[in-house]
Amino acid sequence: MEKFIAHTGTVLPLRRSNVDTDQIIPAVYLKRVTKSGFEDGLFGAWRNDPEFVINKPEYSGATILVAGVDFGTGSSREHAVWALQNYGFKVVISSRFADIFRGNSQKAGLLTVILDQTDVEAIWAAVESDPTVALTVDLESKTVNYADRSISFAMDDYTRWRLMEGLDDIGLTLKNIDQVSAFEATRAAHKPETLPVLH
Amino acid sequence: MGKTLAEKIWADHVVRSAEGEPDLIYIDLHLIHEVTSPQAFDGLRLAGRQVRRPDLTIATEDHNVPTLNIDQPIADPVSKLQVDTLRKNCAEFGVRIHSLGDIDQGIVHVVGPQLGLTQPGMTIVCGDSHTSTHGAFGALAFGIGTSEVEHVLATQTLPLVRPKTMAINVEGTLKPGVTSKDIILAIIAEIGTGGGQGYVLEYRGNVIRELSMESRMTVCNMSIEAGARAGVIAADETTFAYVQGKPHAPKGAEWDAAVTYWRTLHSDADAVFDREIFINADELEPFVTWGTNPGQGLPLNASVPNPADIADEEERGAAERALTYMGLVAGTPLKEIKVDTVFLGSCTNGRIEDLRLAATILGGQKVASGVRMLVVPGSARVRLQAEAEGLDKVFIDAGAEWRSAGCSMCLGMNPDQLAPGERAASTSNRNFEGRQGKGGRTHLVSPLVAAATAIRGTLSSPADL
Ligand code: SF4
Repeated sequence: MEKFIAHTGTVLPLRRSNVDTDQIIPAVYLKRVTKSGFEDGLFGAWRNDPEFVINKPEYSGATILVAGVDFGTGSSREHAVWALQNYGFKVVISSRFADIFRGNSQKAGLLTVILDQTDVEAIWAAVESDPTVALTVDLESKTVNYADRSISFAMDDYTRWRLMEGLDDIGLTLKNIDQVSAFEATRAAHKPETLPVLH
Repeated sequence: MGKTLAEKIWADHVVRSAEGEPDLIYIDLHLIHEVTSPQAFDGLRLAGRQVRRPDLTIATEDHNVPTLNIDQPIADPVSKLQVDTLRKNCAEFGVRIHSLGDIDQGIVHVVGPQLGLTQPGMTIVCGDSHTSTHGAFGALAFGIGTSEVEHVLATQTLPLVRPKTMAINVEGTLKPGVTSKDIILAIIAEIGTGGGQGYVLEYRGNVIRELSMESRMTVCNMSIEAGARAGVIAADETTFAYVQGKPHAPKGAEWDAAVTYWRTLHSDADAVFDREIFINADELEPFVTWGTNPGQGLPLNASVPNPADIADEEERGAAERALTYMGLVAGTPLKEIKVDTVFLGSCTNGRIEDLRLAATILGGQKVASGVRMLVVPGSARVRLQAEAEGLDKVFIDAGAEWRSAGCSMCLGMNPDQLAPGERAASTSNRNFEGRQGKGGRTHLVSPLVAAATAIRGTLSSPADL
């Protein structure tokens, strides 16, 4: 997982609430066998509409998604996070996220930032009048900055530390891998191994 | 204070524990199959990681495989892609795999025990919720998600929050014709599909001790249907006898050392469970589900319940929806429900003892006209064993279809499916809407009830023949 200290990018304003994981990545894409390449399925049902915000050229290249309230509800599919990341998003901002989605995103290194709905509205308005407005999300100082505004957000210390160190769950365990090796050395001889194959 | 069985196994596998963090638990055996592993391997690849312990990992193909013409390429492209991907991943990462056509291919939860890889005191995981099956050996075994599969592949450990413990005491004497499947269906009906959430269930009492190993597996298999991630049964002489001589069972001095350790694997007399419930085995009858979750079950002699009689509003609504989906009318005696299909198989009831039980009923009898019966052994070895005992002939002579090993009609992921509106008596573990095929209607039953139902064409127990 990449370290997340701060990120500066342009914004995709998604003026919709209750975007569930079926909308983020429709079920037909779940048959895939990879963790990458889901960008084509992101917001699959809405992408056909040329008026859908993601299809507007002025927002191409956006890396920060600012969405309406209750983002990521519905099924727990981890694919929703992969799809957003595969598309190029580094941060999602909303005034409320579904728990499982937020848990999955933090595991995978997609930063989810909770701001007040009034701040979300303000960002939407700013970006819609000038799509080139750059937003900086700074995890060090826990602030979102654009133009002359700086908004603080909350994040628990453990998650913040993990994201800033770039440690996914596996990375965290690998930090303690010596303890795993030491434990393994005490493994009882009678416990089975799958190799070599015995019949 | 003493410890429960689950607490003992847990304590023996803690690699690291820190205040405010989950325990890091060592995993002794990791079973994988084609459905939940592809993204885990892809994740390893993306991060440039290896499988830490291929020698504690084993793969088999089960969910997607056909049970007919297994020498031909898999017809469904998605199924074929998943199976091919598993084969490629196993080759790339050095993981042992039993592919279609191999003697040890079969349902992942049948394969582990038959190879002797499932042993008491182990921690066992698999990206499949019915991993709880292996708890029958006095092992701590539970299903995990794809990210966790990747975590285990990379580190052979998992960060886990310690579960609570629940004792389920089953005491008394079972009536003839009442089997372990009836016990677990009755338990789920009692505690509900969410009753076990957050707990490891420990099944105990004289009735559990008297069960065979394979019957114990049936009980533990369905722990997840009560909401529990794991179910355990203390290891005893029955367990040791079952493991001994299996390909990967310890031998010689190691066997003795293992048994000495295994004998310590039971809940201490003064251990305290977070919750305890009691089931009177004297009162148990053959059980069958009428609804669309495994908790919606009743004794076979009962009638379809009337939702109006259910006090709880939520449960009443669920019952109404279930009856509509199932096409059932309140008050109909369960025994008058006609079925189109009987499915004998799955990781719940696809082992040799299950086939033997059903064969005792089907011998010399015929499957009712208009009813199709699928008999699907849980593994290729079970199939061979059954054929060596002549069970295949019993099934074929009765008019049933004798298939190759796989999950088959347990879930609608391979060609064996119910048609919309088709009704089945099934020895599997889930009667969810569409589980066995879109629009299909499932009644969960024991192998004995399945066999009797096949003969009579309506839900029946052997006593009705
Ligand atoms: S038999 Fe059914 S429950 Fe068991 S592993 Fe296969 S699909 Fe899952």
